[in-house]
Amino acid sequence: MLQPPADRPFAPPPAVAAPDLDPMRTVPFRVAGLHVDNEDTFTLELTPPAGHELAPFKPGQFNMLYVFGVGEVPISISGDPDRPGVLVHTTREVGAVTQAMRGLRIGDAIGVRGPFGSSWPVEAAEGRDVVLIAGGIGLPPLRPALYHVLARRERYGRVMLLYGARTPEDMMFPDELAKWRAMFDLEVHVTVDRATGNWRGNVGVVTPLVKRAPIDPRRTVAMICGPEIMIRFACQELARRGVSPQDTYVSLERNMKCAVGLCGHCQVGGHLVCRDGPVFSYDQVERLLDQGEV
Amino acid sequence: MAPLVSAVSRTADPFVRTGKRPTLAVWKFASCDGCQLTLLDCEDELLAVAGQVDVAYFLEASSATVEGPYDVSLVEGSITTAHDAKRIREIREMSGKLVTIGACATAGGIQALRNFAGPDGGPDVSAYAAAVYAHPEILDTLPTSTPISEHVFVDFELRGCPIDKHQLLEVVSATLAGRKPQIPNYSLCLECKRSGAVCVMVAHGQPCLGPATQAGCGAICPNFSRGCYGCFGPHEGPNMPALGDRFAELGVDADGWLRALRTYNAYAGPFRKEADHVERTRS
Amino acid sequence: MAVRRLEAAALDALFGALRRRGYTLVGPTLHDGAIVYDELDGADQLPIGWTEVQDAGHYRVVRRDDDARFGYTVGPYAWKRYLHPPALRLWRAERDAEGGFELLDDAHEVPRYAFVGVRPCDVAAIAIQDRVFMGGAHVDHDYQARRAGAFIVAVNCTEPGGTCFCASMDTGPKARAGYDLLLTEIVEPGRNGQRAEPVYLLEVGSERGEELLSELGGRPARDDEVAEGERRLAEAADKMGRTLDTHGLADALRRSLDNSRWDEPAARCLACGNCTLACPTCFCNTVEDTTDLTGAFAERTRRWDSCFTHDLSYIHGGPVRVSLKSRYRQWATHKLGTWMEQFGTSGCVGCGRCITWCPAAIDLTEEVAAIAASAQARATRRQARVAPSPETGKGVGDAATTR
Repeated sequence: MLQPPADRPFAPPPAVAAPDLDPMRTVPFRVAGLHVDNEDTFTLELTPPAGHELAPFKPGQFNMLYVFGVGEVPISISGDPDRPGVLVHTTREVGAVTQAMRGLRIGDAIGVRGPFGSSWPVEAAEGRDVVLIAGGIGLPPLRPALYHVLARRERYGRVMLLYGARTPEDMMFPDELAKWRAMFDLEVHVTVDRATGNWRGNVGVVTPLVKRAPIDPRRTVAMICGPEIMIRFACQELARRGVSPQDTYVSLERNMKCAVGLCGHCQVGGHLVCRDGPVFSYDQVERLLDQGEV
Repeated sequence: MAPLVSAVSRTADPFVRTGKRPTLAVWKFASCDGCQLTLLDCEDELLAVAGQVDVAYFLEASSATVEGPYDVSLVEGSITTAHDAKRIREIREMSGKLVTIGACATAGGIQALRNFAGPDGGPDVSAYAAAVYAHPEILDTLPTSTPISEHVFVDFELRGCPIDKHQLLEVVSATLAGRKPQIPNYSLCLECKRSGAVCVMVAHGQPCLGPATQAGCGAICPNFSRGCYGCFGPHEGPNMPALGDRFAELGVDADGWLRALRTYNAYAGPFRKEADHVERTRS
Repeated sequence: MAVRRLEAAALDALFGALRRRGYTLVGPTLHDGAIVYDELDGADQLPIGWTEVQDAGHYRVVRRDDDARFGYTVGPYAWKRYLHPPALRLWRAERDAEGGFELLDDAHEVPRYAFVGVRPCDVAAIAIQDRVFMGGAHVDHDYQARRAGAFIVAVNCTEPGGTCFCASMDTGPKARAGYDLLLTEIVEPGRNGQRAEPVYLLEVGSERGEELLSELGGRPARDDEVAEGERRLAEAADKMGRTLDTHGLADALRRSLDNSRWDEPAARCLACGNCTLACPTCFCNTVEDTTDLTGAFAERTRRWDSCFTHDLSYIHGGPVRVSLKSRYRQWATHKLGTWMEQFGTSGCVGCGRCITWCPAAIDLTEEVAAIAASAQARATRRQARVAPSPETGKGVGDAATTR
């Protein structure tokens, strides 16, 4: 009585997980260039495989880079967003993956997923003064923003870079820094935690630079990248100078596995750093950063 | 900007890149040989291992030996004699990477019970020696059994009594590839839940060391409806007093809790500390 | 669609109809002293005449005096086991001679499951994971495929368990949407040693469900039969083993990160992660990149992870959430608070699994209620401080700087 009609042709096709758009699948790029920046930092230039178009990126975004058999890590893009065809990443050797990355040779493959995440508000900052504040390895993620602004210099008011490194030898992009310092419409102030050799410049952390910098709080959009402790102090100093937390942007670092909001690793309160960040306005995260262990 | 350079070969280069077969040595200290047996037990994979590494010193498998130095040393067993304390330093000298395997090597093993056997809770081997040997006076042994890491720098510690063969293969593969081994430090419960076992503590009221123990064995005991014995030692951040409270609520008295703590990993920090605390507060 | 009334034998027909359509049947069954979900061959493998007793850190199966097929609530595992498996290989790759590599795996077939006996809380939990894995810009492809293939037979709860609080979370005891078919089991107590056979009220939630109807037999339910089902469900809502006042809760938790009350669960918490893996919505996962011995092949495996591990928040230098307190706080505030900001819904469905399966017997509803009460007390004190004083007309405290 409960038998179905024998001719019922009901057999839906098997469910299939299609790999073509799977955000977890990495694409093997090739190493086109490798610059050793200083003792423990280096820059990779990567080109996509034939037939794969390089997705445009916005300043502040990151990619997941995979070294075959070793692992995958999130790394900010440090190249020029206006320069198509090549992907540039600068990082520091801090673990097995970045160490293996530095051991790559030209022509070797490296897996790329991305670009992911939010970006520096370079368009919203048009007509305003731009203050970039970087600590140590925090300069590479800000460099695309600086490239973008310098390429459209007339659209911005004062542009300033405040940069702190551990020692003069630890400074990122020294040649470019020299070039930037020579530009009449870009103010560059650098400091080191510890002076070595014939260093004659500022000594100390970045915060005093923020204190002394000629900032007009009403006109300023600040973008900050570096260690979290440096971010907090720089933000507090900017706030004291009257720059609103809504005009202060920071880039946060958290553990990431998927980079697309599906793994839960990079939570900071109600934010998923990979999806809602890494760039946040300070008013979004101030309370969380002050709390600690969030 | 710095000129373009191609990366030169670096010491961190994984062995697979250099094309050279690394040499492997397996060493035994105070132990039951069970962990070395795990390596032999790899059977299917053993040929692959032999194809990738030059097994230069492994007395359990072959009496033919090659002189050091060795790229990778696997060390089983704990340090219980002055001679062994000297020997492990020599092994460290001639080893590129030194990996300790098993509860004896990583925590002193069951023989570390002597470390608490004295009347004051300190080291004393005499009572055990008298109980085990007809002529204990001929023994030349230290009053303690200690993990290898108390004597020399250890590159990686692989837990377990005995170790798990999949974990061993993972450590060897990772070492060859120059990556971090995927050996978790979190609690056994994660592995137990992933395996689909029913929690013996909640559903059967059985005491189980799983919530304090490091994953790695695949949750064998809970999958056979038995509580975990803690063979893999404490996980990255166990809350021992809280687990002790739960044991008490399940009807385990202080003696029982002490016995649970003092087995293969008795000398491992969190287990040892909790047991010390139990003894102190009891007397 | 009108409600239908089915005899117990219709479950056999249901299993048969689903199997003929190519589904792998998964449902509750008795295993190792618990009612777990497993692949089933027939309706006779359901835990007929069994129920369970649940409390914090405590679970026991016990016999019933009737032959109810669904006379219990939820077991140790949620359905996520089948939709988001505990371990899944994402891809495999092979190194080539030129320093390059290639990804090997192509499209993979996923099982098509029919889940029989999904409780309303778990139906809601599946909807929450749908948002997590498919609601954003990037979609989990394996989950999407498994989800698209899944057929859901939900069963309303007329007898809530000791740790249930679905009524508080507004997910049960009656399922509102998200099922293909919905059953309400009606069983009378056994009399004179006679075990009563249950009957079922059946509602249809999808075209796929409707397409099966003709094979299930039964008849249209009478109004009084429908009313009896409704009555039992209304009664069930008042019999929850636990309750949780969710009014203003997310906000209270947001304001309570520095509350010292978190020390109490932290003192008892074992950092074992059981709550997160038993939870039907917890989705945290990690990926492991491994190689074979030769180094020629590499693969990436996804595994269930937990916010109670150090690794979850590890960045070079150490974990962000070091203290046990911060990890318990992360779990509770995420589940009941920040989940809302991330996915537009609460992360809790009130199934009670985290309470039952906590080996330390920590009760989420109790801890969170205490935090909320403490936050409320703090807010009241603050208000008292900033109330205008009659002399100066100004507040004596500054609310903006009082955290």
